Amino acid sequence: MTWSQETLSRAEEILGRYPERRSAVMPLLYLAMREEGGLTTDGMRQVAEYTGLTPVQVESVASFYTMYKDAGVGKYVVSVCTSISCHLLGGDDVLAAIADEADLAPGEIDGDGVLFVERAECIGACGGAPAVQVNYELVEGVEPDAGRRLCRWLIDDQPSVVGSDAMQAEFGGQRSFEWGPGESEGAAGPVPAFGPYGTAESVS
Amino acid sequence: MTDRILTTRMEAHPEDSNTIERFEATEGYGTLRKALSEMTPDQILEEVKAANLRGRGGAGFPAGVKWGFLAPTAPRYLVINGDESEPGTFKDRQLLERDPHQLIEGIILSSFALGVNQAFIYIRGEYPRPARRVQRAVDEAYAAGYLGGDILGSGFSLDITVHLGGGAYICGEETALLNSLEGRRGEPRLKPPFPAVEGLYAKPTIVNNVETISNIPWIVANGGAAYDAIGPEGSRGTRLFSLSGHVERPGNYEVVMGMSWRDMIYDIGGGIRDGKDLKCWIPGGASAPWFLPEVLDEPVTLDDTGRLGSMLGSGAVIVMDETTNVVAAALSVVRFFSHESCGQCTPCREGTTWLQRILERIVSGNGRPADLDLLLDVCDNISPGLRWPPAQTTICPLGPSAVSPITSIMTHFRPEVEAMIRQGAPAGV
Repeated sequence: MTWSQETLSRAEEILGRYPERRSAVMPLLYLAMREEGGLTTDGMRQVAEYTGLTPVQVESVASFYTMYKDAGVGKYVVSVCTSISCHLLGGDDVLAAIADEADLAPGEIDGDGVLFVERAECIGACGGAPAVQVNYELVEGVEPDAGRRLCRWLIDDQPSVVGSDAMQAEFGGQRSFEWGPGESEGAAGPVPAFGPYGTAESVS
Repeated sequence: MTDRILTTRMEAHPEDSNTIERFEATEGYGTLRKALSEMTPDQILEEVKAANLRGRGGAGFPAGVKWGFLAPTAPRYLVINGDESEPGTFKDRQLLERDPHQLIEGIILSSFALGVNQAFIYIRGEYPRPARRVQRAVDEAYAAGYLGGDILGSGFSLDITVHLGGGAYICGEETALLNSLEGRRGEPRLKPPFPAVEGLYAKPTIVNNVETISNIPWIVANGGAAYDAIGPEGSRGTRLFSLSGHVERPGNYEVVMGMSWRDMIYDIGGGIRDGKDLKCWIPGGASAPWFLPEVLDEPVTLDDTGRLGSMLGSGAVIVMDETTNVVAAALSVVRFFSHESCGQCTPCREGTTWLQRILERIVSGNGRPADLDLLLDVCDNISPGLRWPPAQTTICPLGPSAVSPITSIMTHFRPEVEAMIRQGAPAGV
């Protein structure tokens, strides 16, 4: 599978941001995920071509990091933090509630390819514990019941774009700090929503 | 007396402190304008040295001294470490989201001082919202002529690239971060050579934390001596502490160091939730050994915390109340380090895994009496002698960090660990 013209020109743009091509590997892996809904052998081969690496070198990089997930990870990666501050305030209960509502064990994806639930390590929201991310968009102060509602919303409504601000208003509680002005952009897949990578979409 | 440096603008203008309009209307980029026309790079370097600003990422190394090590060859790079992932820490997230131009002005001033024309801001992949804010601010700064070629007619040029990580705590270690930025696995490098001599693409590189560089505009505007006059010796300036756990008012608080832990936890943090008693706290992120209430009246400084056998680290204070199951808490910390070990060094890769398994066994009610000695033996293999500061058998300090929670519970709460092992499986298991 070849990348769309838009993705190809974005790849060129990203390569131009670095003094050496190899540095573009991580951004291009996100591009590849965006293109195919997750990381595939084909996607990694494309990244190798662009950066002048071998496919094995690209796979070696991708496999080191937790956010480069296989295709088939589903529409929503739900990451529940249980590192120390979230642990102290019930993060494990939130993980259990979400896993129960989705009828999934952590690390599993549901049969419809919609939801993937994972136990996450510290996501930098310790003052707003317990914290959850959906496609890396943050929600702070999530109690187990709110976690269940969040889970149901994803399964039933399957929103095309998820954004932190909207989810915080609906499912969140205590925040680490005042967030300041709202953000209109969010994620349309299991890739961090960031303009230069072409992964940020408007939240409808 | 100044008690706020970093959070003044976001406190006064919560609605738009992240925009260039607000930044410029509140003296932003004024220091840069002045510095580029009136100061030499060496003068800025001298001010930063005089400030005695110690790095805010965790190690507490003096920023001016680090800058002084930068090798004179070109090109050289400045890399901002925004890979904030030490459990308990969320301060850089606030600085990135709420006042990105303060960081950018700091980067431009620092780059001018260091002779750098290309800087990178490495932001952890799980921070897309902060990254979007920073990228927008970078775009605004380019449009206004603060970045790019011939900045404000000074002849000085600088480009900034915002880079997202892929989800790996270890990339907060500066040489791992550089490998990651080069498109490699985030594995720490052996030092020396230090990044100031051989860093990004083997070129001289300075890696500084977000909070460290966010202080630079104030230091250049007010002078290093003014900064050096704030707070106790060895802990100059203000610092953004992240309070979390069982406190009434969790959050980030910018304070002058030197207050007591009692003030930190009870006045600033509002005390323990639900009127409970304090059991212990972690003074500087998950890597730091834990403190008991008996040191509540000790001052919050880098050196005093070190003297007492722990560290201020990244400024993350994690508070635990009397109901806390300390073995389960230690397991959470150890599981983190086990998950985040890069796997290069055997003592860390194997040791953290074994520590996690043994603790899981104890927490699930299947602990054995021999596990007490076994835990300490594994720790001793990761960090021989179990002393502070820890001995290291590994390339980076991640392995020894996983030892801290174990030695803490074994020193302070050994009877609780023993009781858990004696009682065996909790009812219903």
